[in-house]
Amino acid sequence: MEKSVNYGGHHDDLNLEATKLRLGLPGIISSDIGYEKQSSSASTVVVVRNNKRASPVGIMTQESSSKSHSNVSDARNGDPNSHHQPPAKAQVVGWPPIRSFRRNSFQQKKTDQGDGAGMYVKVSMDGAPYLRKVDLKVYKSYPELLTALENMFKFTIGEYSEREGYNRSEYAPTYEDKDGDWMLVGDVPWDMFIFSCKRLRIMKGSEARGLGCL
Amino acid sequence: MNYFPDEVLEHVFDFLTSHRDRNAVSLVCSLWYRVERFSRQRVFIGNCYAISPEKLITRFPGLKSLTLKGKPHFADFNLVPPDWGGYVQPWIEALAKSRIGLEELRLKRMVVSDESLELLSRSFANFKTLVLVSCEGFTTDGLAAIAANCRFLRELDLQENEIDDHSGHWLSCFPDSCTSLTSLNFACLKGEINLASLERLVARSPNLRSLRLNRAVPLETLQKILMRAPLLVDLGTGSYVHDPDSETYNKLKTTILKCKSIRNLSGFLEVAPRCLPAIFPICLNLTSLNLSYAAGIHGSELIKLIRHCAKLQRLWILDCIGDKGLEVVASTCNELQELRVFPSDPFGVGHDAVTEIGLVAISIGCPKLHSLLYFCQQMTNAALITVARNCPNFIRFRLCTLDPTRPDPETMEPLDDGFGAIVQSCKFLRRLSLSGLLTDQVFRYIGMYAEQLEMLSVAFAGNSDKGMLYVLNGCKKLRKLEIRDCPFGNMALLSDVGKYETMRSLWMSSCEVTLWGCKTLAKVMPRLNVEIINEHDQMEICPEDGQRVEKMYLYRTLVGPRKDAPEFVWNL
Repeated sequence: MEKSVNYGGHHDDLNLEATKLRLGLPGIISSDIGYEKQSSSASTVVVVRNNKRASPVGIMTQESSSKSHSNVSDARNGDPNSHHQPPAKAQVVGWPPIRSFRRNSFQQKKTDQGDGAGMYVKVSMDGAPYLRKVDLKVYKSYPELLTALENMFKFTIGEYSEREGYNRSEYAPTYEDKDGDWMLVGDVPWDMFIFSCKRLRIMKGSEARGLGCL
Repeated sequence: MNYFPDEVLEHVFDFLTSHRDRNAVSLVCSLWYRVERFSRQRVFIGNCYAISPEKLITRFPGLKSLTLKGKPHFADFNLVPPDWGGYVQPWIEALAKSRIGLEELRLKRMVVSDESLELLSRSFANFKTLVLVSCEGFTTDGLAAIAANCRFLRELDLQENEIDDHSGHWLSCFPDSCTSLTSLNFACLKGEINLASLERLVARSPNLRSLRLNRAVPLETLQKILMRAPLLVDLGTGSYVHDPDSETYNKLKTTILKCKSIRNLSGFLEVAPRCLPAIFPICLNLTSLNLSYAAGIHGSELIKLIRHCAKLQRLWILDCIGDKGLEVVASTCNELQELRVFPSDPFGVGHDAVTEIGLVAISIGCPKLHSLLYFCQQMTNAALITVARNCPNFIRFRLCTLDPTRPDPETMEPLDDGFGAIVQSCKFLRRLSLSGLLTDQVFRYIGMYAEQLEMLSVAFAGNSDKGMLYVLNGCKKLRKLEIRDCPFGNMALLSDVGKYETMRSLWMSSCEVTLWGCKTLAKVMPRLNVEIINEHDQMEICPEDGQRVEKMYLYRTLVGPRKDAPEFVWNL
């Protein structure tokens, strides 16, 4: 069985971690981050999400070699310096003991809310050869999102008014909501929008003006 | 013993409501046994394989209400493979063939098929109550059958079941003539719901007191429903998202003011925190609040909400409340009896979980606390000792450190002394779950002090067989013992084989018990079913007696090995 590789102390030159193959997005979720109260290096259980959308919470800091036995990739390696049973495992089956229903609904929520994983929706623009994707979670408000879209597709959208939509511009940003209807971006509160937006479409030309003039 | 006519005895027995009391009464003499069995209406069967439906029906012909539990508790945590068993079908078939007038059926961790639900709905004219907890195997088609055929249905309560959602039309299957509903809980359904049907159903159910909605029910519908059901006592909201400046939200605020009877509140499966103020006016009446699925409420909004709930007796919450939030609970909710803190992010790190600090604060502010389920980042012996001193009334104490073998971070010691203090101080403790770094010593304490202990859950603890022996020898009232990943082996397993007939069941997985040990036990104790769950190929061909058994589940039974065991379950 392969012994775990100690990355402590020599991370500056090769940065082997960054190139190491593992499931999930880059970034190691380490017990070190959680245990701020601890002064010494007792617990070295490393928990790795096997959910492929795991977020890059933080890179494990390798300052002291006493802390750092990372078992990120091979769940079955025992940590030789760990002084408790069992050896460090990534994500012990059935632990923490919460009902599968709760566990599954939690993962579902993460998918829905894109918590940490991002809430990516497709963006199409009339006339553009291909679609793009944006992460709605990155933006805190409509102006931020619209600016980003303007930059992405190189167009101007102008200002939103409740009465007239975007009719000062040739374009109207629209989105498909949970019911499958195409709505004008900007009518509902931002929080409600990100819950209901399934995809975005930037309408152009007369069609756009049609919406804007409603 | 023949001083009273049977009718008088029966009348006296009517006052005995607990199953244990009625069981005890039936053991006194054959006369009492006879009177008791004919008058018994409610039966609780903690392990569906301990007895057969035929024997049940023979003994209790007056049965009206049946509670059945199927899979072992650790099945909740994915430790039991699918198709293990726990089917309700044979029970319903047998009851349907008999003359039993079943009115209530409560199932936990059982496999329920649409066929079973259909048969149930057609076989009992007076069927009133169906409660399914942590069950699986059915779809909304089965629910449609229940809705359509149970003319006098009062309660349909679905808690945390895995249900295949085919469509929301099942709600429309309640006939217009059905006006008897008192309780409807479909919060665990994932799919869409026919909102118009729901509103009509509520409108024609004047006795509705408990309603828990699923995520598909939006705030507009909630407002309309509450208009129709201002006498609700128990409410679970669905999606609680709206524009707080909208007319709908304002209507909701007004409507909620009329709902003075609400005592239990739950749901908020989706939530816009800015809409929470609408419920503040009823918070002071709440005795029970379940926000354990409300991941959308955190930090200061959560705390603001809690500050309104001074009369809470039961609180289920996520650990994103943090220690600071628990301090607010401690200062606000002085009547608190039950607290459950669930992990909001079981596999991540670097978020606000709770620690020993929160628990100590609770123990100071909530002296009536008797039930605890606490998932935490860490725990210390000092904290547990303090908690034990402040709260000697614990009946249920379940602690779960997110790292299963974490020692006391201040002293790096095991948590033996902390749990020892709990069992010593809490003389009425009936249920205990341990976690953290633990040696044989904690079991010594448990064996010595936990005299009322009935259920013990252990994981990654102990050093040797001695640990398990302390418990088996000391805990006279032990009924359920479940152990995983502990170094307990044959010596402990076989030390007191008679003990297992006094218990409902024993689960041991990833321990040191071998096939030989299990076989020996099975041979000596014919009234135990000793089952091995065998998921891997290792054991299939010519298993060696010396091989460690991955999962063993044994239970006492009056009906011998079960006939519905799948291939991977061996009954020894």
